[in-house]
Amino acid sequence: MKVKSVSTKLSDWLFVFVCILTIILCLTPMINLLARSLSSTEYLIKHEVYLLPKGWSVSSYKTVLSDVKYIRAFFWTVFLTVVCTVVSLVMTTLCAYPLIFSKLKGRNIINIYITITMFFNAGTIPNYLLMKELNFLDSPLVLIIPSCLSVYNMIIMRSFFYGIPESLQEAAEIDGADYFTTLLKIYVPLSKPVMASLALFYAVGRWNGYYDALMYMKKEVYYPLQLLLYNILNNVNTVEVATQEGFSKPGLAESLKAAIVMFSTVPILCIYPWLQKYFISGVTMGAVKE
Amino acid sequence: MSKKTTSALPKQKGSFGTYMKRYWQLYALLALPLIYLFVFKYVPMVYVLIAFKKYNITKGVFDMEWAKENGMQYFIQAFKDKDFIRALRNTISLNFLDLLFGFPAPIIFALILNEIPFKHYKKFVQTVAYMPHFLSWVIIYGIAVQLFTPSTGLLNMVLNNMGIDSIHFLDNPNLWVVTYVGLGVWQSFGWGSIIYLAAIAGINSELYEAASIDGAGRFKKMWHITLPGIKPTIVVLLIMNLGNIIGSGFERPYAMRNNLVTKVSDVISIYVYQKGIKGGQFSLTTAVGLFQSVVGLIFLLAANFISRRLGERGIW
Repeated sequence: MKVKSVSTKLSDWLFVFVCILTIILCLTPMINLLARSLSSTEYLIKHEVYLLPKGWSVSSYKTVLSDVKYIRAFFWTVFLTVVCTVVSLVMTTLCAYPLIFSKLKGRNIINIYITITMFFNAGTIPNYLLMKELNFLDSPLVLIIPSCLSVYNMIIMRSFFYGIPESLQEAAEIDGADYFTTLLKIYVPLSKPVMASLALFYAVGRWNGYYDALMYMKKEVYYPLQLLLYNILNNVNTVEVATQEGFSKPGLAESLKAAIVMFSTVPILCIYPWLQKYFISGVTMGAVKE
Repeated sequence: MSKKTTSALPKQKGSFGTYMKRYWQLYALLALPLIYLFVFKYVPMVYVLIAFKKYNITKGVFDMEWAKENGMQYFIQAFKDKDFIRALRNTISLNFLDLLFGFPAPIIFALILNEIPFKHYKKFVQTVAYMPHFLSWVIIYGIAVQLFTPSTGLLNMVLNNMGIDSIHFLDNPNLWVVTYVGLGVWQSFGWGSIIYLAAIAGINSELYEAASIDGAGRFKKMWHITLPGIKPTIVVLLIMNLGNIIGSGFERPYAMRNNLVTKVSDVISIYVYQKGIKGGQFSLTTAVGLFQSVVGLIFLLAANFISRRLGERGIW
């Protein structure tokens, strides 16, 4: 197959062309957003900003950065994301590790107990009432604890653990290591790829989520970024953000909204390309269960 | 499942005490996750009883009075409620359109990507295509506003320059549905293709060589080898999607709705939020949620059953 036929070459280029269209489709909105956030208002009012900024201006970023509420929400969400990711990874490991040992009595029952929760969800209101009963409403804990273990992610980690050679575990056992030591000294250090991939899943989930905050959180101080963003973009009057003063001015509003959206997206967009090989293996492992 | 066997070690014959002495640590590790699942997944299942009872804030779940019509009062009320019927219809039609367009998109993308001969270019395309998956729905809606708003959105600016009137993508109900489904495809086609690419990578390359010798062209190989090779994966994902045909995520429709399109955008999850969390009709909305969970489960089981009958692999 060294020499390619003409038709193969032609179809090569056809596929390459389709992929170029895909790239344009994915990137144009982001480039447009960036251009708007960096343009000055006069050009935005005249509808002249397409893919390149016109009348270079960083004033909307300055406004966003000087907005105390927005900045506080930003760092609060960074903090929340870090805490949630760490707590979730610990919980996931605690759940996945013991389940790989067939010596564990009652393992089948435990597996069934866990799997049922994947297929039957009690629903919004029962969950809400539970949070109320636990006094979780309006507490920052409600943004961390209820979502700290995803059974789906646990299955991914468990299948990764299954792939670690059993002989390592047996050798450790012969050397007198107990299960805690084996977990910390053998399984965790060998599981960096799956940890990285699940950390990304949990972090993205927390960074992008606003459902739980909308349902359970009335205190604005604890609003995660996405909920604040939702309120800003939909002009919900309950939030008084300094940035909103600018929204009454035409043109500036657009550039401010663009800047806020950019600012809230950039952290994740900077991270994900570096973790690509890890999340690909994570997704793939989730699909191939047994 | 039971890959780790005890064959290497002699079987321990002993009492429960000696067993626990050796393995208690595993149970200790499991304790926290199992308690978590009990509290946050099983306790709410008890609250489901509220669907059959008259909700009373001062009483416990078990002490509440049973609802009328043998406890079915709220289910009947839901199906007499025009808003619920509308929410049900919207849920099913939006999910159906998602399935119709969103399901094949990653398969087609994976097939195309697999044929790209330039390695670095392929990798770049993949990275870019995964990007939308990492955006929240709030942000995607923010981007949609910048693209589709009449006269100020990028697309409408281009149209206006060409002398075409602005198209109301976000506030005309029919076009909103198109935008909703389109952005759904946009967000998930790249991410969804990961699984299919992995499945394609697992296909035996001898099959392709044999087909080449037999004179099969590229498209014939795609149709007769690649596609059948990933059929099991397609079936499993299709089953999962069918199980979700009546399910409704909250963040996507809620982020994208606006007052002009409520008659097409308000799905069951939004109905529950408005009537339940905001309106305080807990019994009614718990009933709706239970209906949704049970129907979803039935769909999943049915799809799985049919798939196994047809000789495909099920999800369990």
